Amino acid sequence: MPTRVPDLRETASQTAGPYVHIGLVPAATGIHVLDRTVTNVVVRPDTPGEHITIEGVVHDGEGMPVRDAVLESWQADASGRHAHPEDPSGSADIRGFGRMAADFGTGVYSLHTVKPGPVPGRDGVMQAPHISFWIVARGINVGLHTRLYFSDELERNAADPILASIGSPDRRKTLIADRTLRDGKPLYRFDIHLQGDRETVFFDI
Amino acid sequence: MAEQEASGRKPGAYFPRDRLRHPPAFTPGYKTSVTRSPQKPLVSLGQTLSEMTGPVFGHDELGPLDDDLIRNHAVSGDPIGERIIVHGHVMDENGRGLPGTLIEVWQANAGGRYRHTNDGYLAPLDPNFGGCGRCLTDDAGYYAFRTIKPGAYPWPNSTNSWRPAHIHFSIFGRAFCQRLITQLYFEGDPLIPLCPIAQTIPDPRAIDGLTARLDMNAAEPFDCLAYRFDIVLRGRRSTLFENRLAGN
Ligand SMILES: [Fe+3]
Repeated sequence: MPTRVPDLRETASQTAGPYVHIGLVPAATGIHVLDRTVTNVVVRPDTPGEHITIEGVVHDGEGMPVRDAVLESWQADASGRHAHPEDPSGSADIRGFGRMAADFGTGVYSLHTVKPGPVPGRDGVMQAPHISFWIVARGINVGLHTRLYFSDELERNAADPILASIGSPDRRKTLIADRTLRDGKPLYRFDIHLQGDRETVFFDI
Repeated sequence: MAEQEASGRKPGAYFPRDRLRHPPAFTPGYKTSVTRSPQKPLVSLGQTLSEMTGPVFGHDELGPLDDDLIRNHAVSGDPIGERIIVHGHVMDENGRGLPGTLIEVWQANAGGRYRHTNDGYLAPLDPNFGGCGRCLTDDAGYYAFRTIKPGAYPWPNSTNSWRPAHIHFSIFGRAFCQRLITQLYFEGDPLIPLCPIAQTIPDPRAIDGLTARLDMNAAEPFDCLAYRFDIVLRGRRSTLFENRLAGN
């Protein structure tokens, strides 16, 4: 066989399709052959920091819930450390990686985690606490990157360089999760809109 | 780390994603994309630690049959279908192999049916086939798994849309910004040029990059054929220690 000259450009993306659960969250569709270590529970009971739940729905351009969506989250621990060899701030309390499937009936996803601490940004400017999200589903050709910020972090949000880079206050608001209490425990609501007046800010990172 | 010290450089920012290499969000030939494609431009974000780090996976998280889809759901024997090995090299755009890369795969069975609540295609389930697996690349960035060649299947797009045989791939690099989901197609499949999903990719060379090649040298005689599928993730700049700041 002739040797192929390797094409050293990034492999093209394709949609995750409607059956993504088989590969990423098999238990959601009744498959239990792989013992999964990645779930929507990022914390252990003794993990330091404020334990929070994040809930929301991904909406399409007609306002319908995207009930086949799968979301991933990546974040620092409560002290602002990432579980990664390139984070110089030391070893983190949690891996900080979560994976959530929207409910097939309601479209609601949920994530159980700790509220992250502030983390350094570029040129030494601190970033407000945030969680990175990545969204895939049928009809999404390239996974969508966004960020969740917290409604109770007014001051830090106001000083955050990434939020500041989004000109319109209305658009900035699409990244802020609203804090409430449920059964006395902190709950943040983070809905994602793929299109329309409230289209979420998605990032080219 | 030793390699970086020896060269006096450390890894810097990841190369920007070449959006012309990927399908655009809005691809009306693939109808579901019409209401699920963002309409506003993506906001460019200078990478920070949040983007340049990502989950790290270890071999201890994988089970012994995770990379063997022929056996990992077997109840009463092997699944029906053409036995294949899929293997390849995961590199970055600098051509460096990427060790410890988690690859997760999912696929239909030989008849084109998924083991999924929402798949109602008339082809039967195979009691011995689950259709999911995963593996990690080795120290040089190579991976392999064993499976059954999936069948083509019809789907509701136009009245007679069929997916070419394909395996879905989910790949992690070292950073969250490298996260990628794609699909492997098989060399010579006449359905590829007819597929509205494959054809969301504007550049035919990029579609060719998703097409696995028959690899007779890796076949197991009297057991398995083999296909080779290399994967390229985003590369990154090298940054000199002395005069550049971290995260720049
Ligand atoms: Fe498929």
